[in-house]
Parts: sequence; structure tokens; C-alpha cells
Amino acid sequence: MKDAAAPLAAPHADAAGPLRRAAPALVLFAFLALIPALAEVWGGGYLTSLAMRAMILALAASALDLLIGRAGLVSFGHAAYVGLGAYVTGIFITEGMASVALILPAVIISCALFAFITGAISLRTSGVSFIMITLAFGQMLYFGASSLSAYGADDGLTLWERADVFGTGLLYDNLGLFYTLLLTLIAAHVAASALAASRFGRVLIGAKQNAERVAAMGFDVFRYRLAAYVIAGVVAGIAGFFLANQAEFVSPAYMSWQRSGDLIIIVVLGGMGTRSGALLGAIAFVALEEGLSSLTHDWRLIFGPLLILAALTAKRGIAGLVDAPEARR
Amino acid sequence: MTTLLMVEHLKKKFGALVATDDVSLSLNPGECHAVIGPNGAGKTTLIHQLSGKLTPDSGRIIFNGADVTSVPPHIRAHAGLMRSFQITSLIPGFTVLENAALAAQARAGSSFRFFRPAARDQAVNVAALEALDAVGLADRAAAMASELSHGEKRALELAVALAGRPKALLLDEPMAGMGREESRALTEVLVDLRHSLPILLVEHDMEAVFALADRISVLVYGRIVASGTPDQIRADPVVRDAYLGDEADAAVL
Repeated sequence: MKDAAAPLAAPHADAAGPLRRAAPALVLFAFLALIPALAEVWGGGYLTSLAMRAMILALAASALDLLIGRAGLVSFGHAAYVGLGAYVTGIFITEGMASVALILPAVIISCALFAFITGAISLRTSGVSFIMITLAFGQMLYFGASSLSAYGADDGLTLWERADVFGTGLLYDNLGLFYTLLLTLIAAHVAASALAASRFGRVLIGAKQNAERVAAMGFDVFRYRLAAYVIAGVVAGIAGFFLANQAEFVSPAYMSWQRSGDLIIIVVLGGMGTRSGALLGAIAFVALEEGLSSLTHDWRLIFGPLLILAALTAKRGIAGLVDAPEARR
Repeated sequence: MTTLLMVEHLKKKFGALVATDDVSLSLNPGECHAVIGPNGAGKTTLIHQLSGKLTPDSGRIIFNGADVTSVPPHIRAHAGLMRSFQITSLIPGFTVLENAALAAQARAGSSFRFFRPAARDQAVNVAALEALDAVGLADRAAAMASELSHGEKRALELAVALAGRPKALLLDEPMAGMGREESRALTEVLVDLRHSLPILLVEHDMEAVFALADRISVLVYGRIVASGTPDQIRADPVVRDAYLGDEADAAVL
């Protein structure tokens, strides 16, 4: 029995070699790594900050794809976690506690806690109800932030400095921030790929396709989904930490449902439940937004039909065109 | 030899319809106990209550010494009471091996493991492959579950239940929709299993029931009208009455 099992370790996952599987992401990360050098020649600081925006969106979208693509949970309030992470960062810096040793644990704990409480409620529902209830919790945070009169309320909060990394000033210049963000994104990408193939990922993906069967096998599906919800909230919160540092500004608008919608668009455009979908989707989103808005003020009139076209023609989004073949999930 | 599964005075109503009416039955170690009955007798409702999908209005279900009457399905499965589904219920986007491996994973330590690839978990793969081997699907391990024939899907349905290394099996019409040959092949598989693994079998295929069952209970309108060895059931006039008009079954009886 044992001998027979050995060659059957992974019939599908290893269909393509590890290098082929990692190739699209490697190319994208290499491209991103070259952006600051490219900016010297063309685009300047604007190009770097555009790329940082794409990376922040990619980080948040990779978290959302864990929910949508892997677990089948369409959260319509995911920008709330980006905003929460940004606000915790902004408030700590404003209050003179600018060290990452304070900020990051606070971001992680607050996002985990908010995800745990709202997830425990939201995950009792499914389908459209789940979408609506996550939207409602997101809006709750949005209005909460809008009423924070001590921290700028509706107008948002301007930050006079960035987070301090143990006195090194790593994030003070844009280059340091850029590469820290890139490394974080790479780490998140590697972790997300590993998670999808892990025991935990297998339970999540299985439950997306047939929750009743997975429960009949002996898994408490709710607990696995809640854990995924908390992980996705924390990663989005870290994206918010970077957003606050990059923009040197936080605003309730970060939490609005339109931003949550943007994240869903990125996940769908890039390809739900794919290895590099969140990355590709975020880069395409920012590029399209930039390109089209330079053409016309009403760029969304072109963007909308493009999205519909993408949703209709490419089921696995942009990633479906470049990723190595994967099991149909 | 204590009773593994004990069902006492189970009742379930849907409005005015009494789907399960004071059902008591038991499953002992090393035995196959079949529940038969005409369509609409409440067989699937009974399975749903035993597996935890439905909660009975009254009565008790004792499994392995613990009262599981109102315990959710995943805890019953974890305790070793594993069910199969009448309508094939697999994970279509997983391979055959992955379907069985996920079931094996449920009984092989925590699944809150986030980084190690599950596909390289040898203990889980071995357990899964043993289950596939038992139903004759080992050579299809790498196929997608969605690509299997109906008969193969039914076999995988059973393999998934086996891969969880259950203490008892609840089989809800394992032969459903199968041809005669496939049905016989699956009966062979169950004949091999039944003395090592207690089975509560709900089945329409009388040939399979009489080949497998050590005891048979007859359910009619939610009520057990007869219970005994296959020979006793064959000779029971009440059972013959219940099956009159259902010629195929009456012929076998």
C-alpha cells in the first residue's frame, strides 16, 4: 500500500513544474523591482507612487481572494479592513507612537478582532445575505471613521511623519517604503500559494464546492471560514498600514463600499482563486484607471464595458491567460 | 459486544406528516442492519436524523455510548459515524484521491495547518488510497471526480466515507441509479467490509439487501412494521402486504 501511494502524492498540483507555476509572479515581481530605476528615466516619483498603489491594492486583493476565490465567500466590505489598518496607523502616529513595534501589533489585533466578531456573525449567513451583511459592517466602520472628530472626521487625517522602523528611517523615503512593500507583497504571495495547497486550504476549497460533504467528513466548516476571514482581515489591515504611510493621509473614503467594490473588481479581473490573479488584477486596474482617465474624464464609461468583456470571456481572468494550468477550482 | 448505535423512540413530524413514527433500532459491532421500505416510508428522513442533518422532535440517538441526538453532523462524523449520500455528493473540482484524502485528513490530526502542502501528507495519502483500493478505484486516483462515470462516482462516494476510518457507516442507497453489474460489484465490496465495519444500510435493491444484511427492519409510513433476520422478513405476511403492488420487490421477497 505504502509503495503504491508514493508516486501519487500530488496528481494535480505538480502537473506543471514549480518554475512554470511561479513564472508569472516572478516576472511581475521583477518588473515591480525595476520600477524605481525606470522612474529615474521616465515618470519620476509619480510612477513609483502609482506602482505602490498597485502593490497596496494587490496585497488587499490577495487577502480578499482568499475569501472569494478559495473559500467562496463574497465579502463586500473588505476595504473596511484596509481603512481600519490605515486609521490605526494614522492615529498611532498622530499620538506620537510612531514605532512599527507598536503600530503593527495594534493593526493586526484590531483587524483580527473586528474580523473575528463581524465574521462570527456574517458567516451564519450565506449568498446574498453574506454580501449585504459584510457591506453593512463595512459601512458601519466608514461612518464610525467619519465621526472621529479628534482625527479629522470627514476630512481625513494628514500625517506629518511615517512609521518608524527601530530608528532606521526605512520608510521615510519612498525607495525604502517601496521595497518594504514589495517584500511584504512577495511574502504574502508565497504564503497565499502555500495556504491554498495546505490542509487548511484544502478544507476551504472543498467547502466552497460542497460544504455539506465537507461537514459530513467531520470538519466544522464554520471555524475554517472564520479563520480565513480573520487572516484576510489582518492582511488587508497591513495593506492599510502601507497605504497610510504612502499617502501620508488617511480618510474615511478608504473604507467606502466603492473601494470594497474596486477590490472585488480586481479579484475578478485578475482571476478568482488563481496564483497571480490579485497581482495581475491590481496592476491592470491601476494601469487602466491611469490610461483611461488620461483619455477622458468619463473613463469609467470605457472601464465598465471592459470589465463586462473580461467577465464574459475569461472565466479565470487575466491569470487564466498566463498562469500554468491548474485544477478547476 | 455492546450496541454501537442505539436509536430509541425517534419521532419527526413535518406539519401533519409523521415522517418518523416511534422508530427504535440498533446496530451492533460486526453487523449489517438494513432498513427497507417502499418509497416515501421515511428512510432518508431517518438517515438525516442519524447523521445530524435533521433534529428529531423526540427520542434519542446513542452512538458509541454518547448521546448525539442534537449534535451537529461534523461532530458525529468526527466521532466515527460516517454517512454516504443517496445523491452523489463529491467535490467535483478535486481529484479522486483528493476527495478521499480530504476525508482522511479529517481523522488525521488538526487541519489548521497553513503551510505544508497537503498533497505530500503521506499518512493521509495512504489512508485515502487504501479506501480507493477497497472500492476498486485506486487506478483512477488522478482523475477529476467530475469526470467519473456514474458507477465510479457511487464507488467514490463510499470510498470517501471509508477514508474517514469510521466506526460505523450509514449508507443511504449506495446502489442508487446503478446498473445490475455495477450494483453487484459494489455489493461484493460491502460483503468484504461488513464484518469489520458495522453498516446501517438503507437500500432499494433487494438483491443487495438480502446478500448483505444480518438483520432487516421494514419501515412503512415512518413506522417499523417488522424486524428480524432476512429469513424471518421473507416469511413475514405484514412485509408482503407492504410490498404488494411493488412487483419487482415482491418477486425478490
